[in-house]
Amino acid sequence: MGPSGSGKSTLAHCINALIPCSIPGDITGELTVAGLHPQEAGVAGMAKKVGTVLQDTDGQFIGLTVGEDLAFALENDMVPHEEMHRRVAEVADTVQLTPFLDDPPGALSGGQKQRVSMGGVLVDDVEILVFDEPLANLDPATGKSTIELIDRLCRERHTTVLIVEHRLEDVLHCDVDRIIVVGEGRIVCDLAPDALLCGDTLERQGIREPLYLTAVKHAMGTTGSIRPEDHPQHIDTMNLEPYRSAVTEWYQKMPERTASAKGDPLLEVRNLTFRYDAFSRTVLKQVSCTICRGELVSLVGKNGAGKSTLASLICGFYKIQPGCGSILLDGRDISPLSIMERGERIGLVMQNPNQMISKPMIMEEVGLGLTVRGMPEEEVHTRTEQALKICGLYPYRHWPIGALSFGQKKRVTIASILVMEPELLILDEPTAGQDYRHYTEIMEFLKQLHDQTGLTMLMITHDMHLMLEYTDRVLVLADGELLKDTKPSDVLTDPATAAAACLKETSLYALALRCGIDDPAAFTERFIQYERSIGHQHGWQT
Amino acid sequence: MIKKFGIREVVAIGIGTALFVVLTEVMIPLVIVPNTALQPRMAIMAFLSAVFGPIVGGVVGLLGHALGDAMFYGSIWWSWVIPEAIVGVGIGLFAPRFKVMSGGFDGKACVLFNIVQVIANAVAWIICAPILDILIYKEPANKVFAQGLWAFIGDIVIIGILGSILMFAYSKVTGSSSTLKKEG
Amino acid sequence: MNKLIAYEAKNTPIHRLSGFTKLVFFLLWCITSAMTFDTRVLGIMVLAGAVILIISRTEWRQVSKVFGAVLFFMTLNLLCIFLFAPYQGCEIYGQRTELFHIAGNYTMTREQLFYELNVMLKYFTVVPTIMIFLVTTDPSELAASVNRVGVPYSIAYSLAIALRYIPDVQEDFHRIRNAQQARGIEMAGGHASLLNRIQRTASIIFPLLFSTMERIDVISNAMELRGFGKHRRRTWYAARPLSAADIAVLICAVLFTAAAFAVTFMDGSRFYYPW
Repeated sequence: MGPSGSGKSTLAHCINALIPCSIPGDITGELTVAGLHPQEAGVAGMAKKVGTVLQDTDGQFIGLTVGEDLAFALENDMVPHEEMHRRVAEVADTVQLTPFLDDPPGALSGGQKQRVSMGGVLVDDVEILVFDEPLANLDPATGKSTIELIDRLCRERHTTVLIVEHRLEDVLHCDVDRIIVVGEGRIVCDLAPDALLCGDTLERQGIREPLYLTAVKHAMGTTGSIRPEDHPQHIDTMNLEPYRSAVTEWYQKMPERTASAKGDPLLEVRNLTFRYDAFSRTVLKQVSCTICRGELVSLVGKNGAGKSTLASLICGFYKIQPGCGSILLDGRDISPLSIMERGERIGLVMQNPNQMISKPMIMEEVGLGLTVRGMPEEEVHTRTEQALKICGLYPYRHWPIGALSFGQKKRVTIASILVMEPELLILDEPTAGQDYRHYTEIMEFLKQLHDQTGLTMLMITHDMHLMLEYTDRVLVLADGELLKDTKPSDVLTDPATAAAACLKETSLYALALRCGIDDPAAFTERFIQYERSIGHQHGWQT
Repeated sequence: MIKKFGIREVVAIGIGTALFVVLTEVMIPLVIVPNTALQPRMAIMAFLSAVFGPIVGGVVGLLGHALGDAMFYGSIWWSWVIPEAIVGVGIGLFAPRFKVMSGGFDGKACVLFNIVQVIANAVAWIICAPILDILIYKEPANKVFAQGLWAFIGDIVIIGILGSILMFAYSKVTGSSSTLKKEG
Repeated sequence: MNKLIAYEAKNTPIHRLSGFTKLVFFLLWCITSAMTFDTRVLGIMVLAGAVILIISRTEWRQVSKVFGAVLFFMTLNLLCIFLFAPYQGCEIYGQRTELFHIAGNYTMTREQLFYELNVMLKYFTVVPTIMIFLVTTDPSELAASVNRVGVPYSIAYSLAIALRYIPDVQEDFHRIRNAQQARGIEMAGGHASLLNRIQRTASIIFPLLFSTMERIDVISNAMELRGFGKHRRRTWYAARPLSAADIAVLICAVLFTAAAFAVTFMDGSRFYYPW
């Protein structure tokens, strides 16, 4: 593992020979993988020994059906028809996809697609499996089962597994032999997990350590540190004896979290029921909720639970049938408003900034929403500059967008919505696929924006840390119904709700239980409160 | 002059065709007369030809037009599919000169692009399409040439404007930018 | 979402045929239809098409939308032919039998009606086969079939990729269009000038194009990692071996094409005119 730009993906690409065979570059030194030299064996040659699973599950699902995708490598190897079908059936069984062999990718969930990708490389009987950020696009519960599957494969097939990932706590769900930390192109350390977790390497490299360890460290303060022999790798098996009293004392000492004052209701959703057409299933059932001015709310739920549909209805992309509920903004029904009219009051930021950017220059892009509305050029200029200043992009205003980093592009898309001075900002998966450093950069920016302007925000997310650390309230959708409308800590310390939303309970919950604290939710609350008060190690920088 | 035909090109044809088919539903009407709308999908094909070369351009034109027409309109007008491929190949032949990927698509490249596209469109719509229409349907010459001329004008307008905009924008976004400075 | 004409799995004799057979049949059919102007041949082809459509149990809802589009374009085209060349039929058949006068230089002739009838029949020979081909051929099998017809497998695989990613690209497109519309960029409507409309279209298409270009890189890498293009040939998971029925259909199709050509060109001209 390592921060983005540290060279961890580059190293993985050297192992499967994409570097230098597909992506050119200079290589010195020697690399031997399973007895081969990748540079000489080429990408196809290495593929026999090393199976690589990439981050983008849609991009690497090439076949029209699950079966075809699993067979892809065999097809290229001219394996005869019958043998191919036999081997595909075997692999489908291993990755538990047999019932889905004839399904198109569109019918699968993210986790199933991930398993197809795994199966696609397993057909080749590889000796080494390389996973490039396998958890990046998965919700926590699916991530957990993915790690379990990887673990099983590793044991049953005696395969060497290399996981490139920054979600350490999720990876550590199963036993990992060694963790190699890469920083600025060098190997920083190569340690057993227990040893690594006790040091300060993770902190220095900007990698998030498991939350329960952070909590224990806070509780211990300067009086001591965690010892490797207590096996801090898993919260369930860690020896907590030496730390229990410190944690309990810390909990009692910490102030309770104060709820922030609520403003007037801004957005009200009333009894909303929706389906795409008369033949399809009901996507939303009698959903009612209120978002108040100045609130920061997260909307969670598994894929297909109706999160995106709800956002689309708020933005007016679909029409609500008469009698199927209503949406009110500032107390007024917004059904008569067009998409464009709503766009002036409700801003939507898409997940992938590249899907929003339509002009090559930053100033043009940010001002576009105003220009097309026929606003005078001077006013466009003033408001654009102001939005750029808020987003910390002012120094780059004359740059082409191509020169920006992912996080900066994200800020450009946010700025291009802010110029219209919306009252409500909806962010679709603002941090999906980002490592901790980028995640922190984006979220600290949003928090600062919220504190400065009091803008109301609704975030659609899978990220448990995001909802816990940054939002005050969470709406949980499950199968089209609003299951919970509560504090994030309540959701993440309630196994049933967490499961319904494809989340998992936070490890703070387990820590609190194991330390004999009777109210895990309160413990979680106080922990977050404390974290916020000391600030993040990696603040938002321009 | 023609780039090596590798996996990237195979994928570019596939994804390019998908894009072309999807954009079949996008039309910019010129006048009220139906079937005379500008087709932005042409600009996409021109872009892909200019980036990936003649084979990609030609096959995207051929496959995209045939699939798009079949899936949206239930019919394939072969006499219009083949000229489409000709435009793709024609523009693609000059792909290395446009330097879209390396950020070198400048005014000069744009002029060349437009000269090439006008010639390719002329060959396709004023010569090839009418001849095929006459061969297959024995349609009246004045009608098919009028149609061809109309298609020619529509195409050079949409490729000339939309195609150039897309190429300038793409070239700017992906091009190198080593001389940038932060400003206060 | 725009419903395109698409494959539906059913168990009919047509569905059971291999994609290769259907592709060869379809291509021969198109060539025959393009070449012949013999009303008898065209008539038989229209009837055969209708019969196959029934055997394949194609339902009206599957094709109604595109059928409407075909009728619309066909009518428009037939009208245009008459407007541009009211006596095209007379030229072709070398006769002029006036039926009734319409206006000015426009008089309806039997030859013109007969000629336009043939053009119409040509549409009706191709349209059902396209529909049948699309609704009964498993897209998975299509690439394998195209490869077997002799097209290089790299191009055949491009077709598979196109079919695989059309739904994804369409979804992206609609999402981007919605989001841009919320920002105030609308593609349709307004009294804007042509240039302005094209610029707005560019603002919606560019993000789509840009993310598509990114996708090309990801897919290329994924395919390379799994050995695409390693050998001169490749096998296909979805390919189906030819059955006896396939071979029978192939032989019939070839024979029919030969017969159609013979009938068409027997009298030295591809135009048949009974009077």
